[in-house]
Amino acid sequence: MSFSKTVEITETSADTRRITVTVNGTPRVVEVEPRLLLVHLLREGLALRGTHIGCDTTNCGACTVLHDGNPIKSCTMLAVQADGHEITTVEGLGTPSELDPVQEGFHREHGLQCGFCTPGMMMAARALLDREPDPSEEDVRWALSGNLCRCTGYQNIVKAVLWAADKQRGAQPAEEDAR
Amino acid sequence: MTALDEVKIGGLGASRLRVEDQRFVRGRGTYLDDIKLPGMLYMEIVRSPLAHARITRIDTSKAWQIPGVRLVLTGEMMAQRNLAWMPTLSYDTQAVLATDKVRFQGQEVVVVVADDPYIAKDGCDAVEIDYEPLPAIVNPEQSAAPGAPIIRDDKPGQTDNTCYRWEVGDREATERAFAEADVVSSLKLHYPRSHPSPIECCGAVADFDAGTGKLTVYMTTQAPHIVRAAVALIAELPEHQIRIVSPDIGGGFGNKVPVYPGYVHAILASILTGRPVKWIEDKTGNLISTGFGRDMYLDAQMALRRDGKILAVRMHADTDQGAFFADAQPSKFKVGLLHSAFACYDIGIGYITAQGHYTNKAPGGVAYRCSFRVTEAMFFQERMMQAAATDLGMDQAEFRRINLRRDVAFPARTPFGFLVDSGQYHKCLQVGLDAIGYDEFRREQAAAREKGRLLGIGISTMTEPLGAGNSREYDILGIKMFDSAELRVHLTGKAILRTGARTQGQGHETTWAQIVAHELGIPADDVVVEEGDTDTAPYGMGTYASRSTPVAGAAVSMAARKVRAKARKIAAHLLEVSEEDVEWELGRFYVRGAPERGASIQECAMAAYSNMPDGMEPGLEATAYYDPPNLTWPFACYIVTVEVDPETGVWDVLRVVAVDDCGVRINPMIVEGQIMGGLTEAYAMASMQFQTYDADGNMIGANYMDYLLPTAWETPGFELHEVVTPCPHHPIGAKGVGECAAVGGPAAFVNAVIDAIGDAGVRNIDMPLLPDRVWTALQTRQSVSGAPPVGRS
Amino acid sequence: MYPAKFAYEAPRSIQELLDLLARHGDDAKVLAGGQSLVPMLKLRFAAPELVVDINGVPGLDHLTEDPDGTLRVGALCRHVTLERSALLAAEYPVMAAAAPLVADPMVRSRGTMVGSICHADPQGDWASVLMALGGHIVAMGPRGKRPIAMTDFVVGPFQNALQPGEFAYEAVVPPPVGQRTGTYLKLERRVGDFATVGVAVSLEHSGGRVVRAGIALTGVGPATINAADAADVLVGKPLSEETVEQAARLAAEAAQPQADHRGSVEYKRHVVATFVRRGLARGEVVAA
Repeated sequence: MSFSKTVEITETSADTRRITVTVNGTPRVVEVEPRLLLVHLLREGLALRGTHIGCDTTNCGACTVLHDGNPIKSCTMLAVQADGHEITTVEGLGTPSELDPVQEGFHREHGLQCGFCTPGMMMAARALLDREPDPSEEDVRWALSGNLCRCTGYQNIVKAVLWAADKQRGAQPAEEDAR
Repeated sequence: MTALDEVKIGGLGASRLRVEDQRFVRGRGTYLDDIKLPGMLYMEIVRSPLAHARITRIDTSKAWQIPGVRLVLTGEMMAQRNLAWMPTLSYDTQAVLATDKVRFQGQEVVVVVADDPYIAKDGCDAVEIDYEPLPAIVNPEQSAAPGAPIIRDDKPGQTDNTCYRWEVGDREATERAFAEADVVSSLKLHYPRSHPSPIECCGAVADFDAGTGKLTVYMTTQAPHIVRAAVALIAELPEHQIRIVSPDIGGGFGNKVPVYPGYVHAILASILTGRPVKWIEDKTGNLISTGFGRDMYLDAQMALRRDGKILAVRMHADTDQGAFFADAQPSKFKVGLLHSAFACYDIGIGYITAQGHYTNKAPGGVAYRCSFRVTEAMFFQERMMQAAATDLGMDQAEFRRINLRRDVAFPARTPFGFLVDSGQYHKCLQVGLDAIGYDEFRREQAAAREKGRLLGIGISTMTEPLGAGNSREYDILGIKMFDSAELRVHLTGKAILRTGARTQGQGHETTWAQIVAHELGIPADDVVVEEGDTDTAPYGMGTYASRSTPVAGAAVSMAARKVRAKARKIAAHLLEVSEEDVEWELGRFYVRGAPERGASIQECAMAAYSNMPDGMEPGLEATAYYDPPNLTWPFACYIVTVEVDPETGVWDVLRVVAVDDCGVRINPMIVEGQIMGGLTEAYAMASMQFQTYDADGNMIGANYMDYLLPTAWETPGFELHEVVTPCPHHPIGAKGVGECAAVGGPAAFVNAVIDAIGDAGVRNIDMPLLPDRVWTALQTRQSVSGAPPVGRS
Repeated sequence: MYPAKFAYEAPRSIQELLDLLARHGDDAKVLAGGQSLVPMLKLRFAAPELVVDINGVPGLDHLTEDPDGTLRVGALCRHVTLERSALLAAEYPVMAAAAPLVADPMVRSRGTMVGSICHADPQGDWASVLMALGGHIVAMGPRGKRPIAMTDFVVGPFQNALQPGEFAYEAVVPPPVGQRTGTYLKLERRVGDFATVGVAVSLEHSGGRVVRAGIALTGVGPATINAADAADVLVGKPLSEETVEQAARLAAEAAQPQADHRGSVEYKRHVVATFVRRGLARGEVVAA
């Protein structure tokens, strides 16, 4: 069954295959139908609900995760394709006690409103900062150009990523307003 | 002891960081799709590929045969349960599943419920449906043409495709004013069909428990109590046995106000299968079938005196309602608050007529980030202002100055019946003009033109009525548009607050606590806010039309003040003085004349449960239902500059200046976030975001490849300014703000582009101002009107 | 959003891949970057019996230049690799201009140039680029490799010239005969949108004259359009206002646009001409 309901129904091995995907650093062995999308494996099979589904046509970026460190849309990859690869989701950012600078930046600069696009946006931002620790505003806008947000108008998202870059480099993040 | 610093405790005016962020940045929000109940089934919908057709055969037998398919629902099965049709929020009916005909592309025809959505989709593919195509009607002109096929032949007595007629104002006085005018300025405009398109689509998890008879529905709704009432009426279930829970909402913008067929399908499917049923729309389902906004045609004239004074306005609007009149709007006003147009200008006379048309298009007409068609009102108003100034040969800013209401002119009644109560319109305009450097830009523009470069500047000034309603005039389905808050202060001085509103990104969890902090001095961090569960929230009308702060926010204040009034009695008891001798400062009562003798609000809370005066009811909590005396009237001035590439028609935004007067700002950071979001939608409308239909009724804009939303790349930077005129009747002087920029902004962008190509004599380009339309206008020196043309498929 | 059922194979070598393709023929669909195929599967516009995932096949992700200047882009070379390539930035201005304009960053980190060309979307950017550069696709099948000129590769909308049993091994750009200039210009309603109009212009200069030229058009016909007549007028002489104007006119004539919500026929032809002019203006810079 597509949502990895291997407990209820035993499928013949022709219909499903066993894959090993390292998700947020932990190898996970799962049995999946070839047609299962990676995003459904993450959300339903592995109960990682932070990766969201926004559209059907690979346009919105809400489902962005890192695949071997590169940002991809998890709605546009089959789960079987992730066999032997490393996936990082929003749940893999930061630690329970300490936020990743990107998460902290989004909070401090009011880079989110409804929060639905936020995980995908943050993963795209994470990928940028991994590659380019000192991005310009233009770099940030370009790196996020595959992620749609309907609430914020992006300006604070851009500020959030620049804040995170400063924090990560050990530079003093931009002076906070009197908050 | 000194009084508390209000900003430090997160009170009014503090840019308090949002509490809801903590779960969202960790990916730990609970959106609808995150809800998974044991034994849950999944539902998918088979939609009509045709816009108008008679259904001649439905065969679901192959779908039933697929292992894992648990239920296949047809219109016939719905009809047997008297559920094939349901009421809309505009006193019309809407098909839940089609029985006789399909009336728009994407209409719900069959529903398949299965063990998982992949199988449900397999089931959908196995359903066979035969259609006999009928001619499709895709605009008001076709709809009103003699001999047009009757779309709503299901409605007894429906002899044409008109769904309403409405008028307001003084027709005769208007005619007289036009007869006396020096100049009459005319303009025809189209506000294209658009979709609110939150990134999260609509959905529901319906869970009927046959053991208790209780129906719980988790639902992407901005208005849970309205939905509960609607479900009680549609499904004939007792209201106390219905629980609607609105979880975290991934954006609403008006799209999540109506009751959609999918919700009803999921509920019935759960009742029939005895298991929870989840329905999540795909993006095409959302764009093709749920509440759109706008799609209005305007034919308007302005009567002018040569010196620039507006004598009267006359407007006729044709609205394209789609197949079912499903506007979510106050029942008294058939074309929403279109008649709020020109409220900021000192105009005594006007007349508006409107006609609604059924077409073979998706139903709706929701308040997409707006108060019920004020978006059209303000867009038309500000486009007419530009055209009139041009006709008079007058400067855009000067023409507005001549006609804007003076600060001393409040309160004033508009020709269409609204009472505007406050504002500093001239100051607001001036702040905007100074910020953009208006005169300097005009010089720059002239110099650039010499070199063949086309620069333009557009102004939009407007006041809009936010915060419906007052109960005299505003109701939805008969329910008056009040709102509510319930505040419980616990023993240790911590509190829980619930309201009848429902946040979808506006940050209620943060800002409501700030109002409590302001009223009681309880630190905002000590107040938890809960919304969205009809079993626990007080009855409210929900969040849309920028009504949360004006109505529910006011209720929060009033509930807190009730708590304070009781706490005062407790303080008198604790301080052993009479209540009249007790004074209040933030967070603390003290004895008049002896300020060192005091009792903090926390001490009062403790006493309310442990040491109350004799005869006093224990506890410290209050509920307030708030019926606002009037709407709130925020004012704004948006100014945009652009450069148009004459060779390609591509235009780039140079600067965007926004001056918003939304009264007292509870949380300036959140207010600014809302304004920037609204400006982005304004830019989107002006530049790229629209839905249209080809001659066969196929929707263009049914997915994100065709329905374009701006990204971080092209969205311009915003320069924000403020003017503060407190609302005279709101308890804390606040007004609505969330939609102002989306309402007033589009005209500023369009006016700027028209200004840039003004020398070509082009009067109008209807939105979206796609490059080809701008280029065509430049080439032909004529207006480009209507929806972008699309050939027959 | 939920694909129909299909079988899935992930070969580990080119031989395994060829065997699978030989066995399944037209029923098999090759999955490389998947940024066109997976969306088609999700929407159930495509429902192959077998998906052959080539991502595990070694030796297909190359981006190399032979000693003679031939550029080879393997079937698994991602857009992002091209976007960030110093070699392309220095030597292949048309490709360097096009690479960042394909879709969006996430699609570029996964999608491939060769896959995009095979998808044969009339609005795909890479086919025009490779066509303007006079390139070809190397098909590999049971009988080995064979080159298919770009001008022959796209046979119609979403149709390519690969035979059953074959897959696209690499895209090849021939060595230049002069100094390369050129660019790719794309009119899009928004970043990441499909092209309303795309124009690839590639020139090679020697001795103050244009010695080779290619102009190809995106989004203005049922398939990628090779504006050969437009390119031909440029060859054998220095760029002049006159030849540029001729090329612009001929390219506009070569376009076969349809009116739609992206623009009228007239507008699209006009943009083709404008972009040819602008593209050639950038081509003038010929520092020896």
